Amino acid sequence: MMRFLLLFSRQGRLRLQKWFTPMMDREKKKIIRDMTTMVLSRQPRTCNFMQWKDLKIIYKRYASLYFCLAIESQENELLALEVIHRYVELLDKYFGNVCELDIIFNFEKAYFILDEFLMGGEIQETSKQIVNRSIDASDMLQEDDSSEWYEVQLFG
Amino acid sequence: MLQHSYTHTAMSPSVPLQEMIRAIRSARTQCEERGVIQRECAAIRAQFRQADNGGRSHNLAKLLYVHMLGYPAHFGQMECVRMIASSRYSEKRVGYLGAMMLLDEKQDASLLITNSIKNDLSHSNQYVQSLALCTLACMGSAEMCRDLAPEIDRLLRASNSYIKKKAALCAVHIVRKVHELGELFAPAARSLLSEKNHGVLHGAVVLITELCERSSESLERFRKTVPDLVQIMKGLVISGYSPEHDVAGISDPFLQVRLLRLLRILGRNNETASDAMNDLLAQVATNTDSTKTVGNAVLYETVLTVLDIKSESGLRVLAVNILGRFLLNNDRNIRYIAMTSLQKIVGTDHNAVQRHRGTIVDCLKDQDASVKRRALDLSLALVSASNIRSMMKELLLFLSSCPPELRSQAANGIFTAAERYAPSKRWHIDTILHVLITAGGDVRDETVPNLIQLITNTSELHCYTVHKLYRALLSDISQQSLVQVACWCIGEYGDLLLRGDCQEVEPMQVCEDDVLDALETVLQSHMSSTATRGFALTATMKLSTRITDNVDRIRSIVSIYGSCIDLELQQRAVEYNALFKKYDHMRAAVLERMPVIERNSSGLINGDPTGEPVKEVQPSKVKTEVSLPLPQAADQTCDLLDLLSSSEQQPQSPPAAGSSILTQPLGTDCSAGRDLLDLLGGLEPTPPPTAVTVYEKDGVTLTIVCEKQSDSAMTVTLTGFNSSDCDVSSFTLQAAVPKSVQLHMKAPSGDSLPAGGAAKVTQVVLLNNPNKVNLKMRIRVSYSCRGSTVQETVQVDSFPGL
Repeated sequence: MMRFLLLFSRQGRLRLQKWFTPMMDREKKKIIRDMTTMVLSRQPRTCNFMQWKDLKIIYKRYASLYFCLAIESQENELLALEVIHRYVELLDKYFGNVCELDIIFNFEKAYFILDEFLMGGEIQETSKQIVNRSIDASDMLQEDDSSEWYEVQLFG
Repeated sequence: MLQHSYTHTAMSPSVPLQEMIRAIRSARTQCEERGVIQRECAAIRAQFRQADNGGRSHNLAKLLYVHMLGYPAHFGQMECVRMIASSRYSEKRVGYLGAMMLLDEKQDASLLITNSIKNDLSHSNQYVQSLALCTLACMGSAEMCRDLAPEIDRLLRASNSYIKKKAALCAVHIVRKVHELGELFAPAARSLLSEKNHGVLHGAVVLITELCERSSESLERFRKTVPDLVQIMKGLVISGYSPEHDVAGISDPFLQVRLLRLLRILGRNNETASDAMNDLLAQVATNTDSTKTVGNAVLYETVLTVLDIKSESGLRVLAVNILGRFLLNNDRNIRYIAMTSLQKIVGTDHNAVQRHRGTIVDCLKDQDASVKRRALDLSLALVSASNIRSMMKELLLFLSSCPPELRSQAANGIFTAAERYAPSKRWHIDTILHVLITAGGDVRDETVPNLIQLITNTSELHCYTVHKLYRALLSDISQQSLVQVACWCIGEYGDLLLRGDCQEVEPMQVCEDDVLDALETVLQSHMSSTATRGFALTATMKLSTRITDNVDRIRSIVSIYGSCIDLELQQRAVEYNALFKKYDHMRAAVLERMPVIERNSSGLINGDPTGEPVKEVQPSKVKTEVSLPLPQAADQTCDLLDLLSSSEQQPQSPPAAGSSILTQPLGTDCSAGRDLLDLLGGLEPTPPPTAVTVYEKDGVTLTIVCEKQSDSAMTVTLTGFNSSDCDVSSFTLQAAVPKSVQLHMKAPSGDSLPAGGAAKVTQVVLLNNPNKVNLKMRIRVSYSCRGSTVQETVQVDSFPGL
């Protein structure tokens, strides 16, 4: 299974954190520090895999964001790269040419998309279209739900 | 009515949230940011206290953002609980998200959401159900899992595929938390395999994998699904283009990889299952497009499966060849995983991996440090007697340019390989020297004594070795291990160095002053450690008997160090001074050439058996004197304990055996380091104690080993062996010594000697001979063998090693 997924900028600012096992806040903070240090200090032309304690760390940089995924030792590293890529594709489809600012200002949407793609540390849905459709349907449900209030806010 | 297009829906922003984010980001200092956040949190807190005001989801979202920046957000926990219980989907959505971010199973508040989850699991709207399932799979405690498991099972069987796939992963989480519940889900998992929906199939495969990994009964039961799994996999591989699941020409690689992993678990250690999947694996291995990463991911998983199950040899070779191809791939990720996989199988499929040795060795030069590390591990594993010379060339090349974190591993790996497969002694010594020159600071401590032992045992190369080491010393004195070995050799074999005639190195005229200069440089250099300076001082001293002209210079060096501030050096210098003055008559003998050091049994085989074997003395028969060249004359320099001055000897009854067991090793516990650094411990060179057989009858033998402890005390270790084919029991020893000698027998280690020499009995005897009488000992051996008692007495008149 996957243990955690972190997104952070080149300056080390955290943009998203998903933990697939329960952990104390203190532990989480330490892991974030360790990961950002390790990943940000990697040389440019090195491979995307690292060993950290008993986990394999797969990381990849997309524009100004680093995606850092920790998997257990029996998992397939090359597939983990594909998982990261798939998530980026989903974000890209949703936001239209996604950039870091999209994820900063709409972080909750990034989580919602993630939660339609992965669950409990495993892949939940392998079809891009189905994930996209589910997100859109949920968004529409949310719209209908709060539209009444929203209009009030706008005009009153 | 506005028509929602996709982009429009996506763009509906949470305005208050975005305003706050903007405000935080525009803060110029950390302090300013804290201020903004404090204000916002206060506002949020106030909002939480108010009744339902329609903006609750925005407030909670704001709090979650603040939490992600690292600020405390505990006060939002109860709000999450309330939001989850709301009837509005937007509020539920953010509430559940908040629960996943702020609550974990350790918080009390998490218990409060169990009921909401339970209700939402059977909500009419599947998106609400989805929220509950997702949260349960993320943070469900064991208690929650137990509570809700039946509900999950129901959803596994009777719902749409959207819910089924999520229920499957929920079930996986439940099984991880509460193992026994695996039984509950097994039937549903089985039936899910007949679904067509990929999401559900994937979830089912993950669930079955989890069940099989946790219980062997499940494993047995699910082995029957192998044909079905093979079918599903075949469908994916052969089927035409499926736009919904295609990734660069591979149909649903995620599902393919999971299927392969499940097949691996089911085929492990099982011939039938492995046979059933053999064709499929061959097909996947041959047909999968390997130009993109995704294809290689599937190939990689296939290779792992082939190598782990009981596959045909042809298939195994195919798998190893795929790894070999990976090694040549431009993508360094692929090279990296190829090497990790090869490392795992280098033991079992050694020959197959050997075929790719060239490529692996090339990877030693890779830019990537992780690839280099893997290549080093693999290269060391592939060294064999037939390729040692070429491999060592590559490894030594690597050592000279490798990253510092790998040097220690490389150096030690090279030593081990050299020791195992050295084609000649000279090659071995050269290799070790090369390593010491290149990476002397990174080798283990035992390297120095081990090398010295190797050098001593290779007497034919003493001249060559000392020349090489002398030259190395001249060029660099910073590598401590190298300097220590060089000093030792120069001290030992300085005469060979000065003689100057060694065929294997270029001739170089070395005069006494040069050698002493070199040693003095080491002594005075700030780079030399205390141990190294000790080596240099001792070597200088030893040279006093090997050179002729400059003994006075040595005398003055030694006397200078008599007032050295370092205690160790000072002590040595003072003792050496004494050797020059008071004990000058003994100096030559004290400093003479070291004998061959008995090899420490480390179980490693050398390519070339070493020089002189350990000196074995003739086993003595009963009542025959052992002939040993022990000096008789009183003015002999070696004989400090005048053991054999004639005196009367009368048998004495031995006192009762001691209470504690002292099992001294029979052979040499000779760490060369101890001997070398402790030359003046006994004021004479200590040869390794040799075992002398004093009794032998019908395969039962008794040997003794003597060790002098002080001026008058010594320990004698008696060891009984049984190499016959009948068991010996009640093996006891009694000893008698001359009247003035004090004897103390410690308790024996046992009293039985099973047949075939598997075990031995040792007994230690402490002797004290204050009057220095002529030492003799009578030993009575008694034991039972084949039902009859055997009793014999032997007399030992001379003790080796004393």
